[in-house]
Amino acid sequence: MIKLEVKNLYKIFGSTPHKVLEMLKKGKSKKEILKETDHGIGVSNASFAVEEGEIFVVMGLSGSGKSTLIRCLNRLIEPTSGVVYIDNEDITKCDKAQLREVRRKKIGMVFQNFALLPHRSIEENVAFGLEIQGVGIDERNKKALESLELVGLKGYEKSMPSELSGGMQQRVGLARALATNPDILLMDEAFSALDPLIRKDMQDELLALQSKMQKTIIFITHDLDEALKIGDRIAIMKDGEIVQIGSPEEILKHPANDYVKEFVQDVNRVKVVTASSIMKKVDTIVYSKDGARIAVRRMKEANLSSVFVVDKQRKLKGIVTIEDTMELIKANKDDLSEIIDSDINEVSPDVLIGDIIPLFINSRYPVVVVDEERKILGIIFKVSVLAGIMGGGEEDD
Amino acid sequence: MIRLPLGFYVEKGVDWLTNNLDGFFGGIKYAIESIINGFEFVYVSVPFVIMLILIAVLAYFTAGKRTAIFAVFGCLLIKSIELWQMTMKTFALVTTATLIALIIGLPLGIWMSRSDRLNKVMRPILDFMQTMPAFVYLIPAVYFFDLGPVPGAVATIIFAMPPIVRLTSLGIRQVPSDVIEASRAFGATPKQMLFKVQIPLAMPTILAGLNQTIMLSLSMVVISAMIGSGGLGDVVLKGISQMKIGDGFEGGLAVVILAMILDRVTQSIGKPKNLSGGRK
Repeated sequence: MIKLEVKNLYKIFGSTPHKVLEMLKKGKSKKEILKETDHGIGVSNASFAVEEGEIFVVMGLSGSGKSTLIRCLNRLIEPTSGVVYIDNEDITKCDKAQLREVRRKKIGMVFQNFALLPHRSIEENVAFGLEIQGVGIDERNKKALESLELVGLKGYEKSMPSELSGGMQQRVGLARALATNPDILLMDEAFSALDPLIRKDMQDELLALQSKMQKTIIFITHDLDEALKIGDRIAIMKDGEIVQIGSPEEILKHPANDYVKEFVQDVNRVKVVTASSIMKKVDTIVYSKDGARIAVRRMKEANLSSVFVVDKQRKLKGIVTIEDTMELIKANKDDLSEIIDSDINEVSPDVLIGDIIPLFINSRYPVVVVDEERKILGIIFKVSVLAGIMGGGEEDD
Repeated sequence: MIRLPLGFYVEKGVDWLTNNLDGFFGGIKYAIESIINGFEFVYVSVPFVIMLILIAVLAYFTAGKRTAIFAVFGCLLIKSIELWQMTMKTFALVTTATLIALIIGLPLGIWMSRSDRLNKVMRPILDFMQTMPAFVYLIPAVYFFDLGPVPGAVATIIFAMPPIVRLTSLGIRQVPSDVIEASRAFGATPKQMLFKVQIPLAMPTILAGLNQTIMLSLSMVVISAMIGSGGLGDVVLKGISQMKIGDGFEGGLAVVILAMILDRVTQSIGKPKNLSGGRK
């Protein structure tokens, strides 16, 4: 289900934005407009839809309009034109009171510099959203405590923001956004001000929280690695425009233009590319009932030194090598089950390359990709892992 | 060069006001007089010992041990030079002037922080109020309110109000924009924003303004003795006019002691308390 949808959103900064909007629609460039009219283009014709429970990352360098875009979603910045639907309600048509209700109930926001209230204790900060709504003190403190527990800050209720480290302060910011139990979380460079290590922790924690809560999250970042790590889908922005929307792998494998290509070339693919995109289809398998002679013939046909053995339901049983099978035949036996080596590495299709590499260290066999029922989906050779890391033209075939 | 009869017009205007708005000024005079008398009655009728204890306790809990000790010795000194009553009279005048300056100045400052236009209009007016030599206020004040403590209080209010207006506005404008944005994002109404975010965060600056307003009223109260507001200013004035250096010095010293106590106490309000000793 679509939770939030943005259609043809524009934000133009200046005194006569609507006049400039026409120029922009007629195809004038951002630079020309700035030169002729002194108007800045914040967001230009942005459209996207975010599914419920999805983490949608908007990525771009500074000045790309991503912060303006996220502020248009709850109208902290008024869009010049275009519509924003939340639960099929057009936010841009809300009056002040309706807008406040939407901000209070539906949208939580986390800020880059935390934006905690320095004169209030942690508990009072987290309860702020509820206080604004007029929730009584006992109930809001109870909810604040629950929220603090979620982010792992139990016991800090009475501390002041200045007594906490940056990472902890941002946990408070997150707890504050969660306390009102909104459906949508807007996170504006939420982790950008944190140290790399703390940042990684927070990313992991956000993903862990998200698996429990299933919020719809719009996450702004300028860090591609962060975007690729936490985003279900990523929108890449440049000069106020969205240049590509896609899953992390789509963006890595099929960059929409040179800008994106240049952007993603330095990406650490080990953390992004998954087993499913580098695995090879398995052409040759042997059923366990087939027997040694058939196994040998199959291996010779396909020029292989070993072959995977499956049972009737095509579930993986193990692997046999050509040497062992020949021995078996010499001994005048035919039942493969004696020589099946079940000590092979299996992974599910969404495992990252980074986690697959170590599996090759103690195994001479390829890694098998299996689904939940242990049916073989494909196999990965050492070579394909290397190709995946280098970003070579390793396409699914 | 033509001599512009500016002074003449001011005179005419003031004349017109006194003739036509007599009732209005009468009402104001009565109100201010009642407030001053009320404070004076309270301050003077409380026995010295009890007042001393109250001041010491207040100083201790706001500014700490050192200020409390200083306040006790200061008050004893004033008592011993027989100026306690005069000091209380001056204190009543300062209290009244500060109170009225606050009542007018705080809302005005808040309004100025929210309206750039009002800010533009008010800034030269505040400059005028603050830099116009204080004596100049005395003349129209006498015109409107006769002699006595009331014109003194009015002149004091005009002279002492700018800091509280300015610093209230400044304090609210200086609240970090990200905090403002955050409270907007959570759906705060303008009123909630003002009382839950802006004023609490601007409080140290507003209190600095209050401190300055009190100090300015104290300095003006002495000058306004020239139009008969009484109190310590009177003592100093008599010292000057009769060439009694000793009396003048004693009166001046009492003013200084009162100023120091008020300054330390008001400066410490809202700061973290440090009861073990003086401030670090």
